[in-house]
Amino acid sequence: MTFIRALSLVMLAGLGLVGVTSCGGNQAPRELHFVIWPNYIDPEVYRLFESEFGIRVIEENVDSNETLRTKLQAGVTGYDLIVPSDYTVEILIRQGLLERLDLSKIPNAQHISPRFRGLYYDPTNSYSLPYLWGTTGIGYDERYFESPPTSWAELFEQSRLERYKMRVSMLDDPRETIGAALKYLGYSVNSTDPRALEAAKAILLAQKPYLARYDSETYDDFLLSGDLLIAHGWSGEFARARTENPHIRYVIPQEGGVIWTDNLAIPKGARNREGAHLFIDFLLRPQISARIVNFLRYPSPNEAARPFILPEILADPAIYPPEEILDKLEWIQDVGDAIALYERVWDEVKTR
Amino acid sequence: MKRAVEYGVTLLVALDVCLTYVFLYLPIVVLIVYSVSASRYALVWGGFSVEPYEKLLRDPEALRALGNSLIVGVVSAGLSTLLGTLMALGLERGRAWGQRAIEVLAYLPIVVPEIVMGVGLLLFFVQVWRRLGGDVGPLPTVIAGHVAFSISYVMVVVRARLRDLDKSLEEAALDLGATPAQVWRRVTIPLLMPAIVSGALLVFTLSLDDFYVTYFSTTGGSGFKTLPLYLYALAGRAGVPPQMNAVATLMLLASLTLVALALIVQRRHPSPLLPSPSEGRGAGGEGEKIGYRGDRI
Amino acid sequence: MKRFYEGVSVWPGACWLLVFFAVPLGIIAVISFTQRDLAGLIRWEFTLDNYLRLLERSFWVGPLGNSVALAVLTTVICLVLGYPLAYVLARSPTRRKHLLLFLVVLPSFTNFLVRIYAWFILLRPEGWLSWGLRLLGIEANLFGSWVGVLIGLVYGYLPFMILPLYATLERLDYALVEAAYDLGASRWQVFRRVIFPLSRPGIVAGSIVVFLPVLGEFLAPKLLGGGKVPTIGVLIEEKFLGRVPDWPLGAAIALTVMALGLLAVSRHFHAVRESRWVG
Repeated sequence: MTFIRALSLVMLAGLGLVGVTSCGGNQAPRELHFVIWPNYIDPEVYRLFESEFGIRVIEENVDSNETLRTKLQAGVTGYDLIVPSDYTVEILIRQGLLERLDLSKIPNAQHISPRFRGLYYDPTNSYSLPYLWGTTGIGYDERYFESPPTSWAELFEQSRLERYKMRVSMLDDPRETIGAALKYLGYSVNSTDPRALEAAKAILLAQKPYLARYDSETYDDFLLSGDLLIAHGWSGEFARARTENPHIRYVIPQEGGVIWTDNLAIPKGARNREGAHLFIDFLLRPQISARIVNFLRYPSPNEAARPFILPEILADPAIYPPEEILDKLEWIQDVGDAIALYERVWDEVKTR
Repeated sequence: MKRAVEYGVTLLVALDVCLTYVFLYLPIVVLIVYSVSASRYALVWGGFSVEPYEKLLRDPEALRALGNSLIVGVVSAGLSTLLGTLMALGLERGRAWGQRAIEVLAYLPIVVPEIVMGVGLLLFFVQVWRRLGGDVGPLPTVIAGHVAFSISYVMVVVRARLRDLDKSLEEAALDLGATPAQVWRRVTIPLLMPAIVSGALLVFTLSLDDFYVTYFSTTGGSGFKTLPLYLYALAGRAGVPPQMNAVATLMLLASLTLVALALIVQRRHPSPLLPSPSEGRGAGGEGEKIGYRGDRI
Repeated sequence: MKRFYEGVSVWPGACWLLVFFAVPLGIIAVISFTQRDLAGLIRWEFTLDNYLRLLERSFWVGPLGNSVALAVLTTVICLVLGYPLAYVLARSPTRRKHLLLFLVVLPSFTNFLVRIYAWFILLRPEGWLSWGLRLLGIEANLFGSWVGVLIGLVYGYLPFMILPLYATLERLDYALVEAAYDLGASRWQVFRRVIFPLSRPGIVAGSIVVFLPVLGEFLAPKLLGGGKVPTIGVLIEEKFLGRVPDWPLGAAIALTVMALGLLAVSRHFHAVRESRWVG
């Protein structure tokens, strides 16, 4: 019976702990609950912020916009600052889930480059300010290519697929992947034309047998381990992979690709709005923005940060593409009811 | 000829046992090896380095997450084992009002996909529970969710054992003058022990591994993390780093230590977990004492 | 008094399930009859559309077929691998028994995700196993494949089969076995006619605890299948948390699979029940 007695004691202790910890849990005004993608900020920034303003930042993670949205739409409160992507900001604004920003409290917002101000999802920046941005394109191991890829054809054309059969991957994301096929065919990523989508579907189905996987999380891992030779993915991941293996390169196809931003926004029900505004302003300080860029290798929309960014990062076209290429990039935007078309295409591509 | 067949079968069984253990531990070996890799990426061997462990031990979040996982695991396993065992007894032996409905209810959690349970609980806690005035911290809600999906597993395992149970033993005890409570303590529970322990182990591992229910039961703004949530946070949008292998290795070591302790305790205080042949009235005990040909299978 | 006791003992568990399981599930059920709004959430218009969608071939043949096949195969393989192990465990001397049992469960005390990543390392094209197979002349792609998913599933659920089997085999009434031997039965006969039938509740329990969750399993199929092995679990996850969410549809899929799973199990359940009276 001793074992059972010991077990019961442990359980009672556990229950006691439950009782103790469930009291309290009220947010102190000197805390800021920050929800962000994992590994998306230099932790030193929190320390600097706390030593200057005395506010402790508590980081919580989500790995996708949809998970964040799920929590917010279900009615969860208690987050002070979130980092949604462009299209999610639009949705959240429409659903009334964001607080208006008091721009008078964020003077550093002026540093944001005109290209990233007043974007489609928040034309007056009343609810959000961009944090970092990036592009979607093709990453590859240059040792396996006599000439570097330049077009989406590298991923879709039969002859090229034959060459690296089972060593290629696409993002597991309907808008991105269908978008890539659409771009290859010359359409817009936001096309609502059923014929365009049918054609894209055909391309994707033809491609599928040659794909190793649909993968949004580990393609950079597999590129580094040699299991993939070429992958559809996001600029930042390839930039980071490059620091581990300089043979990894990234290219934005000539037909054009996708550009996206991750933005700072305050959800409805935030308890520390003051702190949130302070933190946004802090993040937009030139030196702080630059620190984050140098740490993460993602480009920042903050013009004033340029002098403080490592020259090799500024010179890297994979991280800071030249203007001409930027002009060709598209935002993935809401397509209204046509989203049902995309859903169908994706279902069929995935389940066949 | 028969001899040959018998030997053949014995050999196959032995082979199966060995291969299965190898199969179970092959990935474990791999993950221990990769836990000392210097690469920032989980699947790439970056040369030998204890850096992942350094990073891990320097991170207070990791230890807190481990602690949370253990608390949630033990408490929810304990509660659900209790409730599940009671349910098994009730369903198998009683004829409660609404028996059929309760049976269906009891089997459903096993087939519900995690996400559905998670989202359902999220909506429940935020929209219903809170409105009824239950604004509680993350720990109770997480445990509530874990117990909810665990009860059924215990119930299924215990019920199977119950089915085979020879009621005549309990009846004999009653006839010999034991009170129902004594029959419980001395006959029923010991006979059920392997099933109860199996069920508890099962739901403990389920709880340790759970992500969606935990994730969606922590209704915002508390920073409460269990191990899977912590790993999720480490992951980034790009898979999981070698620290996770270090975490897993440490968990293995912790479990091994616990087992070693348990075995030492067992030796000092032999408990009715599995009574030795001289004690206890289980049929297994009797069989072992007599020692018949079946023993050698 | 015992009767009464037995009647009451169901209720604590049942109440917990009612509050923390049935109600959340009810919410999901209600959602399954609504329509998606433009953001993938809920428009409070009620419809049967979602369920009608499920009648389409693309669901039956692809994801559901895969899920069922994987679930059946996983259960069978776990049973074949696990039964001998459980039996040996059950018949081992007490001290070794505990150790061996914990050794079976120990890998499960690490995180499943981590172990799947370990399988990545083993199964990838540049991994040890693939190289080995290539030496034998087999060009197998275990990456985004069925086989990889099956390996991962069997691996994860093996302990789930072994534990209930062990629990049943451990307390078999071996007096019956002895009696059979005394009556002159051979080893094989004893197994086939005494041990195996007596262990059937354990087999049923183990099968339930493997088959049902594997139906809705999503981690192993998603990661090891690389998006090329569509299963119900992956589909549901996509509908709730994917880029193009559709909660009502996801809810409908989940409920349908649950109903099917229960149906498959309940029939078996009744059969065993009857045998109790006959046996």
